[in-house]
Amino acid sequence: MTNAAVRTLPSLDLVSDRAQARVRARYRAETRFKFYGLFAIGLTGLFILVVLTDIVRKGLPAFTQHQFVLSVRLDPAEIDPNNTKDPAAIRQGDFQALVRNALRSIFPDVKDRIGRRQLDNLLSSGAADRLRADVVADPGLIGQTVKVPVLISERADLYYKNFSTRVLRQAGAGTATPSGTSGEIEIALSSDNFAAVRRTRAELTLTENDPSRLIAINGGLVKLTQIGDTKTAGTVLLPLQSDATAAPGAWQVVTFQTPAANRRVNDREVAWFERLRELGHVESKFNWAFFTSGDSREPELAGIRGALVGSAITLFVTLIICLPLGVAAAIYLEEFAPKNRLTEIIEVNINNLAAVPSIVFGLLGLAVFLNFMGLPRSAPLVGGLVLALLVLPTIIIASRAALKAVPPSIKEAALGVGASHQQAIFHHVLPLAMPGIMTGTIIGMAHALGETAPLLLIGMVAFIVEVPTGISDAATVLPVQIYLWSDLPEISFQAKTAAAIMVLLLFLFVMNGAAIAVRKMFERRW
Amino acid sequence: MRNLTLASALALVAAGTLAAGQASARDQIRVVGSSTVYPFTTTVAEQLGKTGGIKTPVVESTGTGGGMKLFCAGVGVNHPDATNASRRMKKGEFEMCQKNGVKDIVEINIGFDGLTVAQSKQGTPIKLTLAQLLLAVAKEVPGPGGKLIPNPNRNWSDIDKSLPNIKIEVLGPPPTSGTRDSFHELLLEKGAEQIPALVSLKKSDPKAFDRVWKTLREDGAYVEAGENDNVIVAKLEANRNAFGVFGFSFLEENSNKLRGVPLDGVVPEFDQITSGKYPGARRMYVYIKKQHVGVVPGIDKFAAEYVSAKALGEDGYLAKKGLVTLPKKELDEVRKSTTGLTPMTAGPLS
Repeated sequence: MTNAAVRTLPSLDLVSDRAQARVRARYRAETRFKFYGLFAIGLTGLFILVVLTDIVRKGLPAFTQHQFVLSVRLDPAEIDPNNTKDPAAIRQGDFQALVRNALRSIFPDVKDRIGRRQLDNLLSSGAADRLRADVVADPGLIGQTVKVPVLISERADLYYKNFSTRVLRQAGAGTATPSGTSGEIEIALSSDNFAAVRRTRAELTLTENDPSRLIAINGGLVKLTQIGDTKTAGTVLLPLQSDATAAPGAWQVVTFQTPAANRRVNDREVAWFERLRELGHVESKFNWAFFTSGDSREPELAGIRGALVGSAITLFVTLIICLPLGVAAAIYLEEFAPKNRLTEIIEVNINNLAAVPSIVFGLLGLAVFLNFMGLPRSAPLVGGLVLALLVLPTIIIASRAALKAVPPSIKEAALGVGASHQQAIFHHVLPLAMPGIMTGTIIGMAHALGETAPLLLIGMVAFIVEVPTGISDAATVLPVQIYLWSDLPEISFQAKTAAAIMVLLLFLFVMNGAAIAVRKMFERRW
Repeated sequence: MRNLTLASALALVAAGTLAAGQASARDQIRVVGSSTVYPFTTTVAEQLGKTGGIKTPVVESTGTGGGMKLFCAGVGVNHPDATNASRRMKKGEFEMCQKNGVKDIVEINIGFDGLTVAQSKQGTPIKLTLAQLLLAVAKEVPGPGGKLIPNPNRNWSDIDKSLPNIKIEVLGPPPTSGTRDSFHELLLEKGAEQIPALVSLKKSDPKAFDRVWKTLREDGAYVEAGENDNVIVAKLEANRNAFGVFGFSFLEENSNKLRGVPLDGVVPEFDQITSGKYPGARRMYVYIKKQHVGVVPGIDKFAAEYVSAKALGEDGYLAKKGLVTLPKKELDEVRKSTTGLTPMTAGPLS
């Protein structure tokens, strides 16, 4: 010390050019560092934005569902022939057939077997579920004709969500004269409407690799197979009311832009879809079923409810096990345990445990909870126990850090006025450490919410239709549902996957929000 | 805090008793096994739950091998009632089952899964022989003198002048996938057997021969695109010069965007697969524990539903989900043995 005091300081150079250059270099370095930081934040923000936009863009279609509004006659012969009004008997009734007949009555010309089957396939296999529930609740409806919304198949829904083809309409030039009203007909045109399509060829045969060209005339629709300059030939898809000559502008040239070979719905189905839309039978509704039903193999019936409830129950089990245990362990280790070799080893191992791959906990769960204790497979109870093991180290570490951060003066003051060690901790230290403990817990729970690997081994990666109602019912969780849906071939499940991710993120936000609220409540400054 | 600890302890005890009560009786069928068969078994399970008057069976996706292990572990309500398999049960697995008391197993051959090579509809149409496919993706190929050399083929035209002059890029499943096993066994092994130099190698050094069709190149020409076949489909849409390897149902579902590549002159189509002409087809199975019939309610119904006309028939709901169903004669036999719950024997297994 004395040495330094007597040593003469080197003269401080602050004004020379070199010194100023040094100062400028330091400022430049600082500016550069700020720029790096901004760049890093900007890049992260950009990635988050890209991911979120992508998910939202893909997931939004899953939140709407198209349905047909049909007038269904509730024929007593089909539902309740003996007039019993017994709900059990009514439930057995063939409601699907009633809905099918209602749709068929809109297209009375469809008489062939293939056509009828195609028409039936526009409806979901769960089309009659809603109607059945309505009638069971109110048997007085039997015998009446009711207007009900019915669920449509995935393909039909995708069509109305514009996944299949664009339909262009153009008023026809000149007059058009059909040679008949059904089957294969010819349509004579007074002017050349298809010069652009034919280019130099005199006559053109359309195949399924070309965009479909159709003529809407006299209330019907004709798919063209041959086009010449004035003479065209084709197949009637929707019957014409008459074979009268249509005046210029009274008929339309319709184009389905995507060739039939490149879409999953054929021309006849597109014609039906468009007709149903014209007649006002199609409506788009918010897809509440997505939030109220369990899993299904039919995309239009599948919902997130089962996984959402499964996640909630599993996390509840996790929380009530690992929060008290974790906090108790942290308090003991931090405040009561003697500092010796043994506690040191325990501490190191808790830290190690936090870094063990999650699949290992699944193996442990399989061996202990399922094989040894005989708990049921796929149950949220076991899932919750396994996840509790997984997050316990995180909570212990976070809680210890929080306890350590409370100023020792608070505990000492409590001890000074005569509180016991335990009273000092439970009455004074713990409440002040609570915000930190909450933060640690929520990080742990968020971790648990996103886990799938350990759940595979205890049977929670499964197809479960029924929404779980208790801790020992078979259940699955949100991330597992996302994984399972993402692997299915049906196109609509891609949208469901993205929608499920949105639900998972929302769940996470709500959970974090709750934790922040709790933290605010406990927070105290000193 | 003490109250919370007490509450959770109580909850644990309650849970334990509840669970113990549950374990002694089970009223829900449990199925494990292959993720390839999962889409079909789940459909059957859902239909059964709707119409069969029992709880909807729980279907887990554990992979064929994992499923067999669980299935063969023993008899009793703690063990699954059925398992899905994307290949036939192996003799070793059958013996393991027998050893653990799983004596009577009913085998249902539910149909075929076609393994397809596909490309974007925007790409140049291409036809491949299995030998050409092997020469495109194998790590080592026979060189001029018949000796094995690292695969020198960069473009398809390097393999055969008739193929287009574009870079070889094949997207396929990773080694953990059951589909990858079939890729090797159904397509590449047969491809290797078409090449004379390799046939003679098989005689002189069977191990080296196996290495050829079992090892894929790692220089970027074969890309492991993940377990999820939808990812491969999405990548093919983006890259019209790439080829993808995945199940037939994915090709069918995306037929508006993708085209199946004919292998050995056979187009991957429904009829070609059932007739056995298409090389990339494999049979899929469901195994049922007969000893659980009567113990867990509905197993006989489950078996009957699986082979019923409305499920496995030509227009059944499984066909709509992309299953390639059995030819009529075979289906009748399967139906007979399944509804009669005839146990299988070790005889035909390998």
